Amino acid sequence: MTMDHRHHYLDGLRSAMSILIYPVHYFVNLPFSAGTWMGDNMISREELLAQKGELNSQNTFLKAQMQKFISLEIENMRLRKLLDASQQIGDKVLAAELFAIDLDPFSHKVLINKGSRHNVHEGQPLLDADGVYGQTIYVTPISSTAMLITDPSHAIPVQVNRTGLRAIAAGTGSMDKLDLLHIPNNADIRVGDVLVSSGLGGVFPVGYPVAEVTEVTPDPSQPYAVVKAKPKAQLDRSREVLIVWQAEHEHDEAIATDAKGHARKQLPELQQ
Amino acid sequence: MSEAKRQGTSVIILTFLFALLLSVIPLPSWLVFVRPEWVPLVLIYWCLALPTRVNVGVGWSVGLVVDVLEGNLLGQHALAYAVIAFVTVKLHKQIRVYPLWQQALSILVLIALCQLLLAWVRGIIGQAPDSWAYWVSSFISAILWPWVFLLLRDIRRKFRVS
Repeated sequence: MTMDHRHHYLDGLRSAMSILIYPVHYFVNLPFSAGTWMGDNMISREELLAQKGELNSQNTFLKAQMQKFISLEIENMRLRKLLDASQQIGDKVLAAELFAIDLDPFSHKVLINKGSRHNVHEGQPLLDADGVYGQTIYVTPISSTAMLITDPSHAIPVQVNRTGLRAIAAGTGSMDKLDLLHIPNNADIRVGDVLVSSGLGGVFPVGYPVAEVTEVTPDPSQPYAVVKAKPKAQLDRSREVLIVWQAEHEHDEAIATDAKGHARKQLPELQQ
Repeated sequence: MSEAKRQGTSVIILTFLFALLLSVIPLPSWLVFVRPEWVPLVLIYWCLALPTRVNVGVGWSVGLVVDVLEGNLLGQHALAYAVIAFVTVKLHKQIRVYPLWQQALSILVLIALCQLLLAWVRGIIGQAPDSWAYWVSSFISAILWPWVFLLLRDIRRKFRVS
């Protein structure tokens, strides 16, 4: 147990055993995937048409938003180049589905249907449609186990979107609560502030919404205020998540270290 | 004889597989803590019925499988199941002659022991269970014991597992 906890020597064994266990996962999931399949196949034409219309309009709306986003992203990259800061290029994502399986009720973990065969590796961030979901902790060739951001042993570096205040959001073990650690009593943080990932830990990409502050209780008798937040991601409802590869990570670091030396060279190019 | 033995092995494996399925099948969140500990129930039954075939080693391996299945620290269930298998094999002659309700009481103690060991391991790695609901499942398991026992005994007799 200690070997697994501290040194990860047994990861190979775990992953080999997971493959043996896979049929169990598969069978438990079977009624649910069969239900989904039936639902997909026995849907009426009218419903499909209605859905198609809805998706079409949504798609148009999102595309319109995307246009603005792309121009903003280009502008952002240009400005970052001017500042010689590391640049963030689009992340690569892969959609994965959750297995309908209850793991241990005291830790918040889920099993997803993508593994090292799909280039998933340990410590990879997961997102759902609304925000940061969790990260992968064990990877096997065909599936991986992910820890949600609300797991008691999980913490994610965040930033208050409004003020830029950095903090760490730790899981509490309850699905709708995160604790913000070490926020001074006089910090500028209010109920309703959106917390985005700050990217400082190197695991989660920058700028994805994580949670919304729900409670701020300054306690003058204690060094830090009690701040609680509610995760944005629908941790107990999502069936599909996105696995994210952060683009150009090593490249970023190279730029960051080289930045001083090349500052003069880059500026003239940009002005053209 | 060897034929019968081999057949018996597959039945034992199947009952364990079924228990594993039951132990990860999704339940509504308010029912999660009421889920009986299926795998230890089956393990204890086989330890009582066939202590020479199912004992500490089987408990250990089944525990490892459960750890992988639930994505826990590798070895925590293995330790707990090995301990309850050991205790059951030690006491199997006494427990066998008890009436069913008294057996259920011993099962309560055994499964509570298993949960206590698991809670200790979790406590050491900083994930101690924080609600009393954690202990409910050992009571549920004890209440279910008579049915599990009768069912598995019938299965054992039908397939002549020995």
